[in-house]
Amino acid sequence: MTTEPVLQLRNLRVYYGTSGRPVRAVDDVSLEIGESEVVGLVGESGCGKSTLGRGILGLLPEGARAAGEVNYLGRNLLSLPPKAVRRLRGPELGLVFQEPMTRLNPLLRISAHFRETLRLHEPQLTKEQARRRSLETLGRMGIPPTRFHQYPHEFSGGMRQRIMIALALVLRPKLLVADEPTTSLDVIVEGQILALLADLKRNFGTALLLITHNLGIVAEACDRMAVMYAGKIVEEGTVRGVFAEPAHPYTRELLRSTISLDTTELHSIPGAPPNLVDPPSGCRFHPRCPNAMRVCVDQVPIEQRLADGRRVQCWLHGPSQRVPAGGEAPLEQPVGVADEA
Amino acid sequence: MRPEPVEAQATPAFDEPLVSIRDLRTYYTIRGSFLDRLVGREAGIVRAVDGISLDIRRGEVLGLVGESGSGKTTLGRALLGLVPATSGTIELEGREVTGLSERQRRVLRRRVQVVFQDPHASLNPAMTIGEAVAHPLRIHGLERNREQLRRRVVDVLDRCGLAPGADFLDRYPSDLSGGQKQRAVIARAIILNPALLVADEPVSMLDMSVRARVLELMLSLKRDFELTYLYITHDLATARLVCDRIAIMYLGRIVEIGPADAIYADPKHPYTQALLRAIPEPDPTRAVPRDLPRGEVPDAALPPLGCPFHPRCPHAFEPCGWESRDLRELLESRWTRLAGDPLVEQEQALVGDLGVLARPTPEVRLPAPRGRQAEEIVALLDRIRAEAPDEPFWRGVERLTAEGSHVRLDFHMPKEPLLEREGKADVACHLYTEPS
Repeated sequence: MTTEPVLQLRNLRVYYGTSGRPVRAVDDVSLEIGESEVVGLVGESGCGKSTLGRGILGLLPEGARAAGEVNYLGRNLLSLPPKAVRRLRGPELGLVFQEPMTRLNPLLRISAHFRETLRLHEPQLTKEQARRRSLETLGRMGIPPTRFHQYPHEFSGGMRQRIMIALALVLRPKLLVADEPTTSLDVIVEGQILALLADLKRNFGTALLLITHNLGIVAEACDRMAVMYAGKIVEEGTVRGVFAEPAHPYTRELLRSTISLDTTELHSIPGAPPNLVDPPSGCRFHPRCPNAMRVCVDQVPIEQRLADGRRVQCWLHGPSQRVPAGGEAPLEQPVGVADEA
Repeated sequence: MRPEPVEAQATPAFDEPLVSIRDLRTYYTIRGSFLDRLVGREAGIVRAVDGISLDIRRGEVLGLVGESGSGKTTLGRALLGLVPATSGTIELEGREVTGLSERQRRVLRRRVQVVFQDPHASLNPAMTIGEAVAHPLRIHGLERNREQLRRRVVDVLDRCGLAPGADFLDRYPSDLSGGQKQRAVIARAIILNPALLVADEPVSMLDMSVRARVLELMLSLKRDFELTYLYITHDLATARLVCDRIAIMYLGRIVEIGPADAIYADPKHPYTQALLRAIPEPDPTRAVPRDLPRGEVPDAALPPLGCPFHPRCPHAFEPCGWESRDLRELLESRWTRLAGDPLVEQEQALVGDLGVLARPTPEVRLPAPRGRQAEEIVALLDRIRAEAPDEPFWRGVERLTAEGSHVRLDFHMPKEPLLEREGKADVACHLYTEPS
């Protein structure tokens, strides 16, 4: 990235719950998103990807604590007062959730949703300007102007998600965080929405963090990707690079277990994702890893940068001088059938 | 009447299908406002399953594939006797399933079991895994000896990959991962040794890394216990790995049915083709912009005339069922494309209220608003046509004229496509019917 990143996470940690046994949902994560860039954040349920998205926007539930840096255009949001972060949410940082049904006010017409949003954040616009901007944004998302005055219940699920995206984009934010935006939608509608999201940079110049569990969506819509496992980003790089040659065994196994139309053989990863109260020692993936070595059991991997600029946290990629003698010996794993998921 | 599936006619008696469904319809009435309900007035009917005939053969995995609202789940529930059939018949092992009393249905449930999508909601959080899996045997009074009961539960848990089974007896659902819970649900379903297992999206809530293992378990159980599956899903990618035959549903009907190989190698119906095209490809070198049908599954209370897929179909032509609402869609999508352009408001003022197009009919009489001429509207429509003459809508238009103060638009008469043999599959699409 030649220009300054829109968003830069540095050593971000988010813990939930009591000080005794906190859930370490996001644990020392660093990530950058450049201007107009589409970055996919992939991982399985409970890996902390949604918490990461909420942490960026300052929308963590009560009882959660965040540490580290969330730098938005050079300002650390974690050190700003909540009021200042709230002012950024909307005009600067947009958000699209998974369930479009629950995010629109059923008592307000679509036009009222847009009027409210624009009046709050861009009070200088005249009524006519606000209306025109709303209709234009809705149009690009495929919502007919004839339906501007209807209520949320009069729209289908896919239409509601388009409206939600339009509602975020009408303020022209620099960054949009979309958390599983297509998960509750049908496959054809999902494809339509992905096409809209992939066009964001051309149409709106917005950077996008797309949080998903679906690697097909990442391949389709993203420039770069970060793979999250048990609270950590274990690999990050260009989508083409990672798919062509995954560096982390988890990425590789996840790609192999993804079922697509070309899948001829079923493949899965032994065991199940760990809980984050008491994650495995060393590398958190080691109990499920087919390449695990002795060093992986008690030494936390050190992030390495590969030749193509990729970042990876795995002892297979070194640094070898930090591996204790005999640490490279393969780990004998008792695959307990009881851990079978 | 729809023709009977070809295989049903040809099947000799000794190889009779496990399940035989004939012209099944399941309609839900929707009641409107509180007042409507008070006076017993009905606001409409949703034809969730609208005239389906199919056989499920012994030992096969039949995939029932469609989007939400296609009626696939309702069909599965009708098989379980969980929703009543409005008309038609379902025979299981030669016995009629529809219209059974609760007591008779209990006998049926020994033969047909179900696995639902959400394993977290399928297990009672206050019951141990041992109690939950033993429950069907207790309910049906099939095992009274406590030691025998325990042994059977341990066996089935072992068999379903929760091994050693004895270790799981006293655990609660909250101690198990999603994949383990689904294994327990499957164990509970097969402990009665059913003939048919209805699996409604059994892996779509599981993590990618464990889906394959649950599918493998289902396939190996099928072999060992001579099970037959109805595999209900929206996901053609997983269906390809487990199904012998595939039925594609759209708005309550089967639009294509045939051997899985044929459906994937050479999909005939434009909807099947679209479903296959829509699956995101996990390969960034091949991710190209895809040509997807517009819009979404329409309201099943007022389905499109003719072929229910025609408004979204890129190949639709004269007989497919063009009607008033398609004109509305044409204008709205034009205005959506032009959103923000002052032209839109001029055109909206000229055409007037589109509400008159809400009632489905192949003859449209559109009144010109006060002070405007019908000829102006016809001229606008001609202009729209000239801009995009290849739009399928225009193939459906038989005549467009101004008649006094009205615009008259006649479409070709709608025809419902019927399931007919095309290659190795049966498909309901006019592209494959001989013009009559």
